[in-house]
Amino acid sequence: MLSSKTRTGLVFFPAFDWAISPTHPEREERLLYTQDQVFEEGILDIEGIVEFKPDIATTQDIQRVHFCVPDELSVVTESHLISAGGAKTIGVQVLEKNIERGFALVRPPGHHAMRVVHGARGFCNINIEAIMIEYLRQTYGVDRVAIVDTDCHHGDGTQDIYWHDPDTLFISVHQDGRTLYPGSGFQSEFGGPGAAGTTINLPLPPRTSEEGFLYVLENAILPILDQFKPDLIVNSAGQDNHYSDPITNMSFSAHGYAELTKRLQPHIAVLEGGYSIEGALPYVNVGIILAMAGLDCSGIREPDYEPEKLRQGPEITRYIEIVAKEALDVWKQGTGIREDNRKKNKLFQRDRRIFYDTDQISEAQREVVRACPDCSGLLTIDSQTDSGRRIFAIHIPRKGCKECREAGYKAYDSTDVRRYNRIFLQDRTCDQYFSRK
Amino acid sequence: MIIGLDVGGTHTDAVLIGKGRILRQAKVATDHSNLFDCVWTCLDKVTRDVPPGTIRRAVLSTTLTTNAIAEAKLARTGVVVSAGPGIDPAGFRIGSHYHCVSGSIDHRGREIQPLREQEIEQIARRFLDEDVRQVGVVSKFSVRNPKHELMMAEIFRSSCDHIVMGHRISASLNFPRRIATAWLNAAVQPIHKRFFQAVKDSLKEKGLEIPIFVLKADGGTMSLEATIEVPGQTILSGPAASVMGALPFASATEDTLVLDIGGTTTDMAVLVRRVPLFEPLGARIGGHRTLIRALKTRSIALGGDSAVKVVDGELLIGPERNGPAMAYGGPSPTPTDALFVLGRAQNGDAQASRLGFQTIANQLGIAIEEAARRVFDSSCEKIISAAREMIDGINSRPVYTVKELLSSYKVEPVEILVLGGPAPFFASRLAQLTELPASAVPQWHVANAIGAAMARNTSEVTLFADTERGVALAPEEEFSRQVGKDFDREDAIALAFDLLREKCLKAGASESELDMEVVEDSQFNMVRGFYTAGRNIRVKVQTRPGLIPEYRELAQSMFNYCLLPEAI
Repeated sequence: MLSSKTRTGLVFFPAFDWAISPTHPEREERLLYTQDQVFEEGILDIEGIVEFKPDIATTQDIQRVHFCVPDELSVVTESHLISAGGAKTIGVQVLEKNIERGFALVRPPGHHAMRVVHGARGFCNINIEAIMIEYLRQTYGVDRVAIVDTDCHHGDGTQDIYWHDPDTLFISVHQDGRTLYPGSGFQSEFGGPGAAGTTINLPLPPRTSEEGFLYVLENAILPILDQFKPDLIVNSAGQDNHYSDPITNMSFSAHGYAELTKRLQPHIAVLEGGYSIEGALPYVNVGIILAMAGLDCSGIREPDYEPEKLRQGPEITRYIEIVAKEALDVWKQGTGIREDNRKKNKLFQRDRRIFYDTDQISEAQREVVRACPDCSGLLTIDSQTDSGRRIFAIHIPRKGCKECREAGYKAYDSTDVRRYNRIFLQDRTCDQYFSRK
Repeated sequence: MIIGLDVGGTHTDAVLIGKGRILRQAKVATDHSNLFDCVWTCLDKVTRDVPPGTIRRAVLSTTLTTNAIAEAKLARTGVVVSAGPGIDPAGFRIGSHYHCVSGSIDHRGREIQPLREQEIEQIARRFLDEDVRQVGVVSKFSVRNPKHELMMAEIFRSSCDHIVMGHRISASLNFPRRIATAWLNAAVQPIHKRFFQAVKDSLKEKGLEIPIFVLKADGGTMSLEATIEVPGQTILSGPAASVMGALPFASATEDTLVLDIGGTTTDMAVLVRRVPLFEPLGARIGGHRTLIRALKTRSIALGGDSAVKVVDGELLIGPERNGPAMAYGGPSPTPTDALFVLGRAQNGDAQASRLGFQTIANQLGIAIEEAARRVFDSSCEKIISAAREMIDGINSRPVYTVKELLSSYKVEPVEILVLGGPAPFFASRLAQLTELPASAVPQWHVANAIGAAMARNTSEVTLFADTERGVALAPEEEFSRQVGKDFDREDAIALAFDLLREKCLKAGASESELDMEVVEDSQFNMVRGFYTAGRNIRVKVQTRPGLIPEYRELAQSMFNYCLLPEAI
């Protein structure tokens, strides 16, 4: 009988009764063939692989991460709560040391959900990784966390949530934003003023294959992780870099995903996107599970896998070498930039527009953050949608200093409520959340 | 009249039931080295002078196949597997004639790589040389498309006695278990066939041509003829007999914990509103995980005859049994002896029990009654804690839909039913310790044999349809049919019910036993591009484990503690 080298947990929640719409990629059928493959391979019988029933995330779990407008239950369905709860279950089991690693094979995904949530973007409503991470920080005192997002789409939601947090390293490797939704994730995006260098983007050209992905892993991701020294490594394990994915243009494979997982050694992997439901997901997921469990995955391959045909061209290879080098430069320079900014002790402002493609909402945001010498700084967001809804949100960071904290409460009390539909205060120093209208 | 017989680890029990009463009963010590003799002794006792033609059926639950596996007394069996890409099938090696061959089928049932017939022919020649006459053939995803298994079976047909095809034994997806289950069914087939042929012949010699049924691990019966093809289904029927014996006395509205406290082991199971729970995939036996449909039971090595000893100042109960309790002439003190010391059990040599317990008391440095109380309580507590673990396990079982997760039923027994020799004594103490009503099942010492006698047939049919490929398939039934684009869930259920009815009747069920239900039905729209290309339908129907209608009258009379008449 097979037994795993690493005690590995699995939450499998295919939500067979939930879809965004009947023909949407995020539909009931998405993990059906993955289930068939996982069951047929007998993976759940492997000694040392344990399956857990997902928890259901609570409103409070969401309030640690998001400002949901008008409130949490208006923007999520039960399925989102189970999906986030499933990630949380794996996190808890790892922190409780019942397992060494774990994979939350859940849907719907979450990495496009930003701090402010007016609706669904890129099939995501709430950020399931961030909800898990903040729960683990709150409950187990975990401090330094690295998120490596290997979904083909830029993890703009996760990037947004951790943009100002120097204790969370966010690395996203994805198809270049000039060629794919959401159109962001360039190397010039490297974190807010007080957290410069802890957001690292690796935009890869279309048709990048195994060689390219493993190159950036070895030459950018692993060296940066090595220096960041995280307590916890989380992999947002999207599977749409696969050569058969219908909505992307990459040439990655099940073998490549397994190899990446083996080398990255995440404590926690969370399924994100991936819509080649027959040709990729069954094989990629089996590969990832086996790799996490420390088992041989050399036999895992798609029926139509031909590595020679998928091999990337030399110009792609050269381009990727530059991307990796620039990422390292960003990482190296980041420390100096954020130290400089924090010494200035000034307010920084960022204006931007956010489009919710799934729910067709357009949002205008003005974000003001204090580059604080003592903490990652008080953050305020003034957000208005094209439907006329306007909110004001105040975020006091987890390690917020006394001054930022007092300024936060002062802003909450003094902001003129008549100008907004709602005003929110998220105080992460004491895990409190308030709203008024 | 009906005969029920249950071979347990310690005793073999038989009952003859008629006119709503237990007419006769027999109990002999189980001799594992000669099962036939002890089965025959019991059958002979309960059928003595019974007029031919008056016995409607005999249901047997034996440990034959279970023991054959435990003692590795199995036929030389070859296993040939075709896996394709995925986990290396070399890791699933079972038996000493295991071969992996080429060929591959994917999760939709499409052939990815053909089988190479020469490879199989070569293995067939080798099996002939090695005198391997039992063969299991298994391919990955054969339940989606049995083509490769059928081809392999065809090649072995001329040179082998018995061939088990993976897709015929279960429709569940689990390749490693399918391999183990095919092997096991092939390996126990000769011994199973020989044994039951001998039972049948002996009854015939006596002038009794009784239809014989065998109890399965899922608490249902199957005609002897039908078991010859799939004898593996009859493993682990002992715990199932106990569950069926407790069934009439369990609450129809709440959950019940059933405990069968035997000589060597205690078997436990949970009934949810009088319905037994199944193992999600199948029984685990002798270290093999299988696809054999089985009731969810747990067995711990602790029974009335477990040997009690003190090692390094620590009190140990079991796991071994050295013989009966000292009160009945056994060699070492047991929990049953504790009951004698405490003055609860009677009709045995209490003096012998005291003698045994004095040693234990001396070693622990406590009074003899205190030692007996400690042994008895600690036995009860071990049983309770094992039952709690089992219930927790059941409640943490994953589900895969939002609806099921939000509404998932939490099993919480509110009563305990106890069977087995020391049942009444244990019941009262278990009630105190758990604060739940606990009682011994009427006729607790033979309730398992009654359970076997009264069990009705169970069968299950799994139907899989893929309208994009235009096929409906019930692999276990060797059924496949082309279907059109409009074939849907309702059609699938109707078709599955037809197949189930046919299967039940073939397995010896009567129309009155057919209580069919849908256990799983799902239908997925298969969207390719932005259009629905077909439907993927999965339906499972079954006749659930239950009792034949005669049980009502019997349960009534058992409740009233009828006297057992010695003659008919």
